[in-house]
Amino acid sequence: MAHDAGTDAPELHAGNGAGDGVRRRDFINIAAVSAAGVGGLAVLLPLISQMAPSADVLAESSTEIDISAIKPGQAIKGIFRKQPVFIRNLTPAEIAAADKVDISTLRDPQTLAERTKEGKENWLITMGVCTHLGCVPLGAGEGEVKGEFGGYFCPCHGSSYDTAARIRKGPAPKNLQVPEYAFNSDTVVKIG
Amino acid sequence: MIRIFSILVGLFFTVALAWSFANGAYTAATEPTHETVEHAFHKTPKEVEFASDGVLGRFDKQQLQRGFQVYKEVCANCHSLRLVAFRDLKALGYSDDEVKAIASQGPKQATFDPKTGDRGERASLPSDHFPPVYYAGQGSPPDLSLITKARHDGGAYVDSLLTGYSAQPAELIKRFPDAKTPDGLHYNPYFANLNLAMPPPLTGEGQVTYGPGNPKPTVAQMSKDVSAFLIWTAEPKLDKRKQTGWPVLGFLLFATILGYMAYRNVWAGTKH
Amino acid sequence: MSFPWANEYKPSHPFMQWMDAKLPLPRLVYNSLGGGYPVPRNLNYWWNFGVLALVCLMIQIVTGVVLAMHYAANQAVAFDSVEHIMRDVNWGWMLRYAHANGASAFFVVIYIHILRGMFFGSYKAPREMVWLLGVVIFLLMMATAFMGYVLPWGQMSFWGAKVITGLFSAIPLVGEPLQQWLLGGFAPDNAALNRFFSLHFLLPFVIVGAVILHIWALHIPGSSNPTGVEIKSESDTVPFYPFFIAKDGWAVGAFLFLYCAMLFFFPNALGHPDNYIPANPMSTPAHIVPEWYFWPFYAILRAFTSDFFFVPAKLMGVLAMFSAILVWFFLPWLDKSPVRSGKYRPTFKWFFVALVVDVLILGYCGGAPAAEPFVMISQIASLYYFAHFLIILPIVSSIERPDPLPFSITEAVLGKDENAALGSAH
Repeated sequence: MAHDAGTDAPELHAGNGAGDGVRRRDFINIAAVSAAGVGGLAVLLPLISQMAPSADVLAESSTEIDISAIKPGQAIKGIFRKQPVFIRNLTPAEIAAADKVDISTLRDPQTLAERTKEGKENWLITMGVCTHLGCVPLGAGEGEVKGEFGGYFCPCHGSSYDTAARIRKGPAPKNLQVPEYAFNSDTVVKIG
Repeated sequence: MIRIFSILVGLFFTVALAWSFANGAYTAATEPTHETVEHAFHKTPKEVEFASDGVLGRFDKQQLQRGFQVYKEVCANCHSLRLVAFRDLKALGYSDDEVKAIASQGPKQATFDPKTGDRGERASLPSDHFPPVYYAGQGSPPDLSLITKARHDGGAYVDSLLTGYSAQPAELIKRFPDAKTPDGLHYNPYFANLNLAMPPPLTGEGQVTYGPGNPKPTVAQMSKDVSAFLIWTAEPKLDKRKQTGWPVLGFLLFATILGYMAYRNVWAGTKH
Repeated sequence: MSFPWANEYKPSHPFMQWMDAKLPLPRLVYNSLGGGYPVPRNLNYWWNFGVLALVCLMIQIVTGVVLAMHYAANQAVAFDSVEHIMRDVNWGWMLRYAHANGASAFFVVIYIHILRGMFFGSYKAPREMVWLLGVVIFLLMMATAFMGYVLPWGQMSFWGAKVITGLFSAIPLVGEPLQQWLLGGFAPDNAALNRFFSLHFLLPFVIVGAVILHIWALHIPGSSNPTGVEIKSESDTVPFYPFFIAKDGWAVGAFLFLYCAMLFFFPNALGHPDNYIPANPMSTPAHIVPEWYFWPFYAILRAFTSDFFFVPAKLMGVLAMFSAILVWFFLPWLDKSPVRSGKYRPTFKWFFVALVVDVLILGYCGGAPAAEPFVMISQIASLYYFAHFLIILPIVSSIERPDPLPFSITEAVLGKDENAALGSAH
C-alpha cells in the first residue's frame, strides 16, 4: 500500500493545483499509516484483555457464609475469590484490647469500629491473606498460634496482627484487608 | 555523568539498607526474641539406614512386602495411597495372581453410573489405584503415596515419627506452661509443631503377623518396614534409576577420557 | 569475519558448491563454529561455559517438549499428571529428573559464564551488545524457570506463584489490577497455570533467538580472552575447528558426567520436599523459598524491612530485587577502566572476590528462614552488592593503576623471546 501511495502517478490528480495535490497525497499516506496503527492497536486490545479474570472467575466474587455456629473467641476460615477469609467472633476482652490501642502509633491507623459494622462490632471479617506477600496467616484455626498481639501471625515472614487484625509487627505494610460484606440476617453474612 | 548518577542510585539503596539494618538491630537489641516451644523441643529425625540408601542401595523386596502388610493392616484404615496402583505391587515380588487377589480383597472402588445416577461399589482390579479414604467430618488424613519425598529425610522421618511418641517432658511444661498438649492430640517431638492428631498407630509386638522366615514384628521392626515401603511408594523407579545410572556414568567417563585424549592430540604442538 | 587471515570456506563437493550458491548455510556454520572463526589461542576453561550453556538449553528444550506430551496443564490434574510421568510413562522419571536438574545445571553454568564475563571484562567495548543480550537471556531464563516451577502445582509451585506475582502488587496504583491481570484471577488458579504453561513453552524458543543474536554480536569483534588484549595477528589465534571443538567436546563430556551423577543418584537434592505436596490455597508452607538459583535475589527482596522516607519497605524490596539485575545492563558504562581483564587490575581483583563471596552469602541467607541473624546478614550483603556495582566499580575504575599488560596474546602465551622469533618468521 505504502509503495502505491508513494509512487502514484501525478495524472491521477490532474485538475488540482500541484502543491494541493502533494499535500493531499501526504495526507492520504499519513492517514493510511495511521489506520494501520489504529488497526494494530485494536487487535492488541482483545489480546491483552483476554488475560484479565474471566466471567466464571468473576462470578465467584461474592459468597454467603453461615456464622451461627461461631462462638465468641472462635473463628472460621471461609473461601472468597479462592482465597481464605477469616470470620472471627471477638470476645469483649478482645474488643477492649483492640480499643485500648492508641491508633496514632499504628502503621496503618484504623479503629476496630472502622473495621467492623455498626452494632456488630464483635464480628471481625477480614481476608486471610497477609498484606506482605500473600501467605495465609495462622490464628483462625483451632489451636493455631495467634502471635504476640492475640490476633493473627503470618509464618512466612513473621508479621503479627492484633485482635482487630491490624499490623503491629513484621514486614507487612497494611492491616488485613476487610472485604466488602453485609449481614443478610443475624446468622448469614454475604461477602463481596 | 553516568557515574554521578550511579553513585546517587547506589547511595539510595545502600542508605535504605543501612536504615533497615539499624532498625533491625535496634529491635533485636531492645526486644528479646522469645524462644518457641517448637524451637526448643522439636527433634530432627533419627539416623536410620534403609536398604535403598546410597548410590548402591536397592530395595529389599521381602521388607517391602512386610511394610505393605503393615500399611494394609494398620495405616490403610485412615491413610490412602492414591498414586499407587495395585498392579504396581508386582514390583514387590508378587505374582499376577497374588496382585489380583490383593486387589479384589482390598478396598472397594466407588462407581457412578452417569445414565441412572446410581452410586455403588465394586471390588478393585489390578489396574485400579488405591481408592481415597474418607474420614467423615474430620478431613482426610494425608495421603501417604509421596510422604517420604514430601518430608526432609523422608524414610527416617516416618520411622522416627512412628516410634517417637512419648509423654511431654517435665522440663517442657516447666519452661512453657502454655504448651501442654491439648486434649485429643498426642505429643511427638518429631512432628513439626510437637502435637499431632494421630494416636500412636503401632501399639505392640505382634500387631501384624509376619509370615515364616521374617523377623519378629516388634514395633521398631514394623515401623522400619512400613517406612521402607513408603520410600518405595514415593519413588517406585528408584532401583531402575540407579541401575541405569551406572552404565550411563561409565559410558560418559569413557567418552570423556577419549574426548580428552582427542583434545590433547589436536592441541599437541600448539602452545596456549 | 573481520580477520583477514580467517580460513575461507571452499566447498569441494559439487553439491556443497551448489548449496553455497543457493543458501550459504554451511558457510555460515563454517564461519561461526568451524575453521573460519579465529579464536584467541589462550582461552582458559572458564571460556567453555558458553558452549555448556548452549548444551543445557538444548537438553531443556528436548526434555521439555517430550514432557509436554504427557503433562496436563489443569489445576485439577497437573500434580497427578507429573506423578503419572514419574510412575507410568516409559522413562518418564528420567525425563522429568533430567528437566528438573537440567534447570539447575543451566543456572550453575550460566552463573559461572556471567562471573567469567565480569572478571575478564567481557562486557567492555567493543562487546557491550554481547553483554546486553546476555543479560536479556538471563532475564528470560529467570522468567522461564519461575513459570516452569509452577507447573507441577505442588505447595511450593502455588505459593511461589502467589508470592512472586504478589511482588507486582507493591507497585503504586496499578499494582493490584496488574497482579489480577497477570494471574487471570484473584489468586493463582487454572487461568494462571495455563498461561504459565503456554509461556513456559514459548520462552525457550525466544531464548534461542536471543542466543543467536548473542553469538552474532560476539562474532563481530571476536571472542575476548584472559589477557583482555585484543587480537593483533594471526599468531594470536587458532581456528575454532578443530581446536576449540576438541576442547569444548571433552568439557561437554565432563559436564554431562556430573549432570548425570546428579540426575541418577541425587535427583531431589536441589528440590524442596514441599513440592511433593499438592497445592493447597488454604494453607501456607511454614517456610516459602524459591529454587536455589533465585536465593540471592530473594535475600535482597527480604532485606528491606523498614520504610524509607515515602517508599514502603515492600516496594523498596521489589525495586531492589529488579535493580539487582537491571544494574548489569549499565555495567559496560559503570566500569570505565581501559583494562579488560581482572588479572591486571590489582584493586578490582579483590573487590571481585568480595562480590563472589557476597553473592554466596546472599544465596545462603535467601534459602534460610526469614529470621535473625539471616535478615541482618542479608542487609549487609545486599548493601555491598549495590555498593559494588554502583559506587565501588565507578570509583575504582577511575583511580586504579593497572599492572602492565602483555603486548599481545602471543607474547602472553609464548614469552617475549619466542614471540620475537615468531615475529621474525612472518
